[in-house]
Amino acid sequence: MNIIVLLKQIPDTASLIRINDDGKTINTDNIKWIINPYDEFAVEEALQIKEKYGATVTIVSVGPKRYVDSIRKALAMGADKAVLIDDPKFYDCDAFCIANICAGILKDLSYDIIIAGQRGMDLDQYNVPIAVAELLNLPQITMVTKVEIKNNQIFCDQSIDGGKRSVYTNLPVLITTQRGLNNPRFTSMAGIMKAKKKPLEIKDIGQINIDASILENKIKILAFRYPPERKQGIIIQGESLEDKAEKLINALQNDSKVI
Amino acid sequence: MNILVILEAFDSKFRKTSIEAACKARQLADDTDSKMTALVIGYNVFDISNQLKKYGIDNIFVIDNEKLKDYSTDVYLNIIDQFLDTCKSEIIIFGSSNQSKDLAPRLAARNNGSLCLDCIELGFKNDSFIASKYIYGGKIIADISLESSPKIIVTRAGIIKPTEKQGKADIQKLDIILKESQIVIENVEFDNNTKDLSEADIIVSGGRGIGGSDFSILENLAKELKGAIGASRSAVDEGWRPSSDQIGQTGKTVSPNLYIACGISGAIQHIAGISTSKIIVAINKDSEAPIFSKADYGIVEDIFDIIPIITQKLQNKA
Repeated sequence: MNIIVLLKQIPDTASLIRINDDGKTINTDNIKWIINPYDEFAVEEALQIKEKYGATVTIVSVGPKRYVDSIRKALAMGADKAVLIDDPKFYDCDAFCIANICAGILKDLSYDIIIAGQRGMDLDQYNVPIAVAELLNLPQITMVTKVEIKNNQIFCDQSIDGGKRSVYTNLPVLITTQRGLNNPRFTSMAGIMKAKKKPLEIKDIGQINIDASILENKIKILAFRYPPERKQGIIIQGESLEDKAEKLINALQNDSKVI
Repeated sequence: MNILVILEAFDSKFRKTSIEAACKARQLADDTDSKMTALVIGYNVFDISNQLKKYGIDNIFVIDNEKLKDYSTDVYLNIIDQFLDTCKSEIIIFGSSNQSKDLAPRLAARNNGSLCLDCIELGFKNDSFIASKYIYGGKIIADISLESSPKIIVTRAGIIKPTEKQGKADIQKLDIILKESQIVIENVEFDNNTKDLSEADIIVSGGRGIGGSDFSILENLAKELKGAIGASRSAVDEGWRPSSDQIGQTGKTVSPNLYIACGISGAIQHIAGISTSKIIVAINKDSEAPIFSKADYGIVEDIFDIIPIITQKLQNKA
């Protein structure tokens, strides 16, 4: 079985994000880059499927050189090989462009299951994996919390509004991860050493099976701005617990009128 | 121009986020002198579609079929494709839900459209259609121009307070040939008593300070306030609450009228998920907890001492 994991690198969620003077990019000077946490679930799930059923796990990414660190981490976790499309022309391209490039790479690879994070925790667009599924004409199962493979079919639990459900379909398929699917493993020293020798192909757009003329952005970032800061409110003082509780209820009922 | 809103119903009621999307669409249609069409897909949704008449929609179309009891990406997508053949729409708006986050990106990809998910503001400026959304966990707002059509929007929960406007739309039932889904649904389970966090007006949320999986003091308070229960990442990582309760950048983003953070220190990722709440209350025995700097009202006390008293007082007043 062949499993593809789509991997994105994002700023650590604890990072302070500052806007550049151009007003539409972020300052990356002191950013620590990490694997998008939902994609880390995807790597772990691919490895668990590999361990249970046997599979080759390939990481696919589109991005600049710094991606190599995150890809090596995924290889150190246990993925077998990786392809990175690093082409400066596409550093600022949108989700549909990225999806088209991924689909272009995938046309030359064999795959039974494509696993990706449900969303990038930087832009929150939920867009790339689903567009890849559309471009490759695959069924999609999103926000998956459990996976089993039987007789060339995949059985999943997925989150739905207000609950969950169990579904199945034939392979090949694209699935996206939901929190609760697994706990990603730590990398071991041996894993890190092995990862250095695993194949990582870095290509530009000319080396993949894609018509570059279709790669046009559907959206354009006009500006970034900071949301209004929440102001510090009041700390309720009182002589007793009773007093403080009474004052809070009073404030919520009469001043803020929210209860 | 035609603006299409696609609505979801659950349990004989339209989702709050769907109604919000419809009201946003109405606003946009008024501003641009456009027509507004509603499409309802589901089972047992024809009768309840009467509820939509009060939102000033020009045309309401309903596809009501037992086979649509459960959502499937491919079946719904096929219906919308057929519908768009006869009702060309430049702008398509959904309310936020897991379903729309599954459907809208695929609809956009299929039709070469442009997409903004969890949009907080939208409208035309000069000739550009601009949608705004939070990125980087709420630390930044991006203004995005949607260049290709259809322009597909999923509105974030709580972006508009629904207002009524008399409409004169007839409700028309459409017969559409349904395709078979590639995905077989074996079993569906709904959580019984848990209110959906993204739709809740009041949320009582617990963090590390709760110290274990016994959330009963919060549940009692939430019951009194008719609110929902949420949790911080620490409480979920400890296994005290299911991951579906997690609020913050790595979990759900919420914007209730009232958010009560109990024993939550207020990591930057948690604040990101709650910053658009109307009123935030923080209760924590550590007066240095960062949550206090973002709260409208703070109480520095042990949650186990003060919350039962608040609950008792609310009970007495009821």
